[in-house]
Amino acid sequence: MQYQATVRIEQKAGMLDPEGTTAKRALGHLGYQVSSVKTAKLYEIVLEAESEEVAEQKVDEMCQKLIANPIVHNYTIELRELN
Amino acid sequence: MKIAIIQFGGTNCDLDVLHVLKDVVGVDAETVWYKQEDLTGFDGVVVPGGFSYGDYLRAGAIAARTPIMDSVKKLAAEGKPILGICNGFQVLTEARVLEGALTTNEYPKFKCQWTNLRVETTDTPFTSKFRKGELIRMPIAHMEGKFYAEEKTLAELDENDQVVFRYVDENGKVTDAANPNGSLENIAGIINTSRNIFGLMPHPERASESILGSDDGLRVFESMADYITENL
Repeated sequence: MQYQATVRIEQKAGMLDPEGTTAKRALGHLGYQVSSVKTAKLYEIVLEAESEEVAEQKVDEMCQKLIANPIVHNYTIELRELN
Repeated sequence: MKIAIIQFGGTNCDLDVLHVLKDVVGVDAETVWYKQEDLTGFDGVVVPGGFSYGDYLRAGAIAARTPIMDSVKKLAAEGKPILGICNGFQVLTEARVLEGALTTNEYPKFKCQWTNLRVETTDTPFTSKFRKGELIRMPIAHMEGKFYAEEKTLAELDENDQVVFRYVDENGKVTDAANPNGSLENIAGIINTSRNIFGLMPHPERASESILGSDDGLRVFESMADYITENL
């Protein structure tokens, strides 16, 4: 089976997000008052696996080993079957 | 004695380090392209600065997972000294041989400036030629240099005398104003618990000859060379 995993990487709570803070300030200059702006990174990974469970396990491993840095990031994985 | 200077695509401080080691310190050194995975015969390693792999994913993340880093880890396990400068420090934290992470500067801009540093420990192969508490000057040039670690890790770093350099003001005081990137506890460089893997954000190779404005960085390389001569 082919699956597409959407991995969302965000800073752990308490970590500063200077890009988000700067965007919030720039929005303020444009007249938009917002309570907060946070940035996150999104990866779409297409892979073959025997089952959704196996696919999720593999992608989780990828996140631990490369895609995220568990010291500073939290991540979520959403899977959908292709075809 | 022979020191390897690792080159990844995007490394750009390799030749500066080579110049300092060969022409200023006067030891044998060689650049090694990352595809050469065998580091047999080398007595130490420098992972120099630059923008390996365009800082894709995170600074240092991809270089940290290349096979040559397994060879670097092997040398480290034999007790040989490993020095990571700037992007090299990022590579060593991403390879998890050093604690913590280097994240985007608190003011999210590329910072290129001189910094005052305080030598926190001389009990390392890289700082034996300094005095504890000595104030030195080296430049920084980075966007992801904010040292971050969990509170527990920070406490351990302090307890185990693993903090090597801190950003300070001209009087040697740890202040927010002297902190160029928001590093926790003003940490500029740390060493591992086995005390042979050292990473720092400032560039000692850019402060190794007085014509450059400071030669304080030279003693990092001289200490490393002395250590190899005396111990390996």
